[in-house]
Amino acid sequence: MSDKAIEGQPFVRFDKVQKSYDGEILVVKNLNLDIPQGEFVTMLGPSGSGKTTCLMMLAGFEPATHGEIFLGGQPINNVPPHKRGIGMVFQNYALFPHMSVGENLAFPLEVRGMSKDECATKVQRALDMVELGAFSNRMPAQLSGGQQQRVAVARALVFEPELILMDEPLGALDKQLREQMQYEIKHIHENLGVTVVYVTHDQSEALTMSDRIAVFNDGVVQQLSSPSDLYERPDNSFVAQFIGENNRFDGKVTSVSRGNCKVKLDSGETVEAAAINVGGKGERTTLSLRPERIEINPKSKAGRNVIKGKIEEAIYLGDHIRTRMTAGGSSDFIVKVPNTAGHTPLEEGKTVNIAWLTEDCRALDPIV
Amino acid sequence: MTDTTIQPSDVVETDDGISLKVKLARATRRNKLRALALVAPLGIFLIIGFLWPIGAMLLRSVHAPDFGEIMHRTAVVIEAWDGEGIPDEHVFAALVEDLTQAKEEKTIGRAATRFNFSMPGTRSVFTRTGRKINSIEEGPYTEAMIEINEAWGGHEFWLNFQRLVEPYTARFYLNSVDYRIGDENEIAVQPEERQIYVKLFVRTLIMSLIITTLCIILGYPISYLLATLPLRYSNLLMILVLLPFWTSLLVRTTSWITLLQKEGVLNDIVVGIGLVADENRLQMMFNATGTVIAMVHILLPFLVLPLFSVMKTIPPSYMRAARSMGATQFTAFRRVYIPQTLPGVGAGSILVFILSIGFYITPALVGGQSGQLISNIIAYHMQRSLNWGLAAALATILLIGVLLLYWLYNKIVGVDNMKFG
Repeated sequence: MSDKAIEGQPFVRFDKVQKSYDGEILVVKNLNLDIPQGEFVTMLGPSGSGKTTCLMMLAGFEPATHGEIFLGGQPINNVPPHKRGIGMVFQNYALFPHMSVGENLAFPLEVRGMSKDECATKVQRALDMVELGAFSNRMPAQLSGGQQQRVAVARALVFEPELILMDEPLGALDKQLREQMQYEIKHIHENLGVTVVYVTHDQSEALTMSDRIAVFNDGVVQQLSSPSDLYERPDNSFVAQFIGENNRFDGKVTSVSRGNCKVKLDSGETVEAAAINVGGKGERTTLSLRPERIEINPKSKAGRNVIKGKIEEAIYLGDHIRTRMTAGGSSDFIVKVPNTAGHTPLEEGKTVNIAWLTEDCRALDPIV
Repeated sequence: MTDTTIQPSDVVETDDGISLKVKLARATRRNKLRALALVAPLGIFLIIGFLWPIGAMLLRSVHAPDFGEIMHRTAVVIEAWDGEGIPDEHVFAALVEDLTQAKEEKTIGRAATRFNFSMPGTRSVFTRTGRKINSIEEGPYTEAMIEINEAWGGHEFWLNFQRLVEPYTARFYLNSVDYRIGDENEIAVQPEERQIYVKLFVRTLIMSLIITTLCIILGYPISYLLATLPLRYSNLLMILVLLPFWTSLLVRTTSWITLLQKEGVLNDIVVGIGLVADENRLQMMFNATGTVIAMVHILLPFLVLPLFSVMKTIPPSYMRAARSMGATQFTAFRRVYIPQTLPGVGAGSILVFILSIGFYITPALVGGQSGQLISNIIAYHMQRSLNWGLAAALATILLIGVLLLYWLYNKIVGVDNMKFG
């Protein structure tokens, strides 16, 4: 990103940020992250990967051990949380139980010294936005989980912050409600144009809502890209494994040329793959291949890798048939066969040809 | 539903024609009996060891049959007396018989004590008469009695006698609030030098309020620390809070004496560093100050524990949420944190207040004159003066007062809002 002028700078910037709680272990290792205004960025990762810590540093509840965080071009390490003007939605909503919904929403306005009338107008507008206009006088305990969630979102938005942080806000909801809320939050983001930093460990949530996703592991951002890139073009094996379903082969690079490489699998076959994240000849690598990019008994072999596989199990799932095979040294090789007219009959125990395009198979860093 | 809909007024019956209610009662009877058997020991213990003695005490505050029983013959005939002058010869004859019997049964002392409570200084009238009662052999008894002790010729003395033989009386309650039954059976204010109980009740209330307030002021920060510090520090702090609990009440109170008395450690220090001159040593013990200090120390855990367990349930995200919305640390604490701790403050302070209203040992040991509470005077009447009726009346007023305050608390704050954790 450019360092020219403040307006050219990203809205949120983590610059070489490190964080340690005990002085021995780094929870966040050298984080560099730029978020432009209006973007919906998700921090995705397994628990303990440092994503929530990053959010807390941005909100101001945890100081960064090293490095600087910028908001709107200004360093904010020494700005206390209440002066950062960041809206926040918490995992368990944190609605004040002793205040009604209306009072909860009025709270951020009152502490800003806003007049009563102005407060009431803004509270009503925010409640209408989440379709809870008639609930102003209810207490939080009288609301359902989904309603509480919406109140929490409305409360974070009511004072019109430019940045909203959300810390696993949908974690406590059931599946159906969670999916509905994902769309609602996404639409609110689109309508208001606020910048959102969202933390979750649920990848489908991240894929549904985000403009870009930062995949965290072990205190490091493994990859920061759009949902489709993350799924289709993972940079490393962790991302390939973490996002969606993935088949992996382990092998050794035998040659590299023009972006592709030949890999001799541990089971003996040699296949060609896109060289994304590999060392030179003789280095080990892990190949990543999505289950829906595999064909069984292809008509043409042009541009395709073909190996033999034995069908172990076929599970009928309606729109597709999930087939578990032994192939390329793995007994857990998954192929999703679309349930089209005249697809290959999948008999258990039968050996078939399986094929994929070279560019769909990515040679990545080896998993030890 | 089919067409054989059950009418709501019909008794629902099972297949064998027995009403469902009866069936249900039968099915659950065994369990009910078992549950009852399990709580029976506690129930019996409570009735014998708690409810019955309290009931007996309450009764004693209005029921004083002693004197009437000892003077049972006189009690019958004095009813007819019109309260003018002194009673007639029948009464005196009955009195001589009663006193003779009482002398044999050695109950004159008891009667004398009872009489003395309502008419101080009359104890000797009975004991002296008792010693000479055998010298009276025949009537007229009136003259003979007045000769033995001229108090028997007193109009007010006999009015008092007539009141005392009644088994039921309101005089203990009147005495408890500094009134008495006057010479002419009217309700009158006690003479100034005997007005002590109302003052004591008021002092007990005020001191309990002071102690409760101090406990809140001191206990709130400790509870907050306990609830927010990392576990290893908070465990240590918890032990420090609980330590006084594991030490005898007597030891704690007496150690305060050692610390705070005139020749005590604290006085030695302030004199030693020249803050106070030797002849002006601070009087911190054996007065109200000493009582307040020692009682705050003893009752503090009763506030800290419920408050702590309520604070423990408040997740830190509330404060964070408030701060993210633009509230300063102080505003967030005042508007978000404190309101959520109020149920704990309520529970803790009502516990401390009720305990301190009836506290006995500490004021008895360190209270001196000005630090005595109502419970000390109740104990005095139980143990020293043996005026159990008055003690019972004072205790009943205290009990009703506490119940009233509890009711008031329930009206204002609501007992449902009280949380012990």
